[in-house]
Amino acid sequence: MELERPLPQPITPEAKPYWEGLREQKLMLPRCRACRRAFFYPRVICPHCHAADIEWFQSSGRGRLYSFEIGYQSFNKAFKVKPPFVLAMVELDEGPRMMSNLIGIEPDPKKIRCDMPVEVVFEKQTDEITLPFFRPAGGTR
Amino acid sequence: MKELRNSVCIVGVDESDELGTLPHKSMLTLHLEAVRNAVRDAGLKISDVDGIFTAGQHSPATIGEALGITPRYVDGTTVGGCSFIIMVGHALVALHHGLCDVAVVCHGESGRSGVGVTPRRDTALPGQYEAPFGFGGASTLFGMITTRHMHEHGTTLEQWAQVAVSTRQWAALNPKAKNREPITIADVLNSRPVCYPFNLLNICLVTDAGGAVVLTRADRAKDCAKKPVYVRGAGEATEHVMLTQMKSLTFSEATRMSGAKAFTMAGVTHKDFNHLMFYDAFTSGPPIMLESLGFCKPGEGVHFFDDGKSTPGGSLPINTNGGGLSYTHSGMYGIFPIIEAARQLRGECGPRQVPNCKVSLVNGMGGMLSAAGTLVLSSEK
Ligand SMILES: [Zn+2]
Repeated sequence: MELERPLPQPITPEAKPYWEGLREQKLMLPRCRACRRAFFYPRVICPHCHAADIEWFQSSGRGRLYSFEIGYQSFNKAFKVKPPFVLAMVELDEGPRMMSNLIGIEPDPKKIRCDMPVEVVFEKQTDEITLPFFRPAGGTR
Repeated sequence: MKELRNSVCIVGVDESDELGTLPHKSMLTLHLEAVRNAVRDAGLKISDVDGIFTAGQHSPATIGEALGITPRYVDGTTVGGCSFIIMVGHALVALHHGLCDVAVVCHGESGRSGVGVTPRRDTALPGQYEAPFGFGGASTLFGMITTRHMHEHGTTLEQWAQVAVSTRQWAALNPKAKNREPITIADVLNSRPVCYPFNLLNICLVTDAGGAVVLTRADRAKDCAKKPVYVRGAGEATEHVMLTQMKSLTFSEATRMSGAKAFTMAGVTHKDFNHLMFYDAFTSGPPIMLESLGFCKPGEGVHFFDDGKSTPGGSLPINTNGGGLSYTHSGMYGIFPIIEAARQLRGECGPRQVPNCKVSLVNGMGGMLSAAGTLVLSSEK
């Protein structure tokens, strides 16, 4: 199967639990044992209190759309998803922000708004890589 | 910090021989042309240069070697396009302490044609957390800042477009500018959609270009060819690299810190400026920088572009060279607003000259408001 997206190469050792979690349809996040705050992207020092005592936990996968863009062309030769597509920055309920795509909605700036509730969906790309996408979450939160 | 105020001057500025689409010139050629031209503008010789400050793919050692000199002070701080603005501050300190006597801050980039370029950069973070979703290139990141600004402050696409219109009016007066035909707000809104909220005319050019700035201590500046431009204040800061790590997408903490430092060193307030130069990779950049620097409240930066205030003949001219949007943008644009500010303060800008230009601001970003550099430049001590 031809790949539609540029997949991570390499996966860095400190991010392994994140990528392993995705393979099992779990959004795993690093959290600091000292200050109890979650963060993302994974690293060996807590960006909040600078302690080097990190654990992993499963995120609710829920959050809000902090900001978005609509791509009308590909910005990377290896990215072959047909435009237009929605580029998303999601703020998870646990605090950290991450980049993703917003799916399950028309790529129309009039239909998408910042702060709308979203939830994670997992899409397997290869045996090794599953990516976390987000879709509008129904109901009031 | 105040002892640094006015201790050093910009004595030479220039671009490469040509700007634009230059497939016949390598990155190194553009770089060396700019250094030679700026040193000549100062009335100095390349052999006078003993400090080299450059960012990006060329190490200062490469430039020293290519020029055939042995610098005794080098700096290769690379934090994005504002690195050259930051380096004026670094040169200020080095010159002040006698660590070098003639400093060149220089840039060359074959950004459009890619001649003599070997891209290399650590892609482990964007490769894992951005690229799989289609991110790539600055517009797919700065757009996030811009959309969020519209959400929080009600800024409109028309207001961003006005920045492009104003900047193009200046480009029309600069013979070195790439795009000089007048444009309207409708032209910007009807240009090709690239990455919402940006259409093509919201996004800077991509060109091949070089630029250089020569500095020396104020006592020595008097012997140079042109009227010295005083470095009254300089500031810098960095906040993040990955955009998800920026505390508020709509307010640049690095810019706030950088500006506060430069203004304190210079002993100036916001009202003291006759002329503003901002790094305009995107139309939304200058308004957000105005807000982060404290020229106005968050959300009000776009009003600096209302009613012709920022345009030729306006009360506070902004980006008088035509900016990255219409003049040139090689990839790391930061050297060019310094060159323009020095020319305005010398009074050599012809039809685009800002009348009585005495105090000029240069403020630039690296990455997506990730790093910031600020200069307060002045025609008088
Ligand atoms: Zn912590």
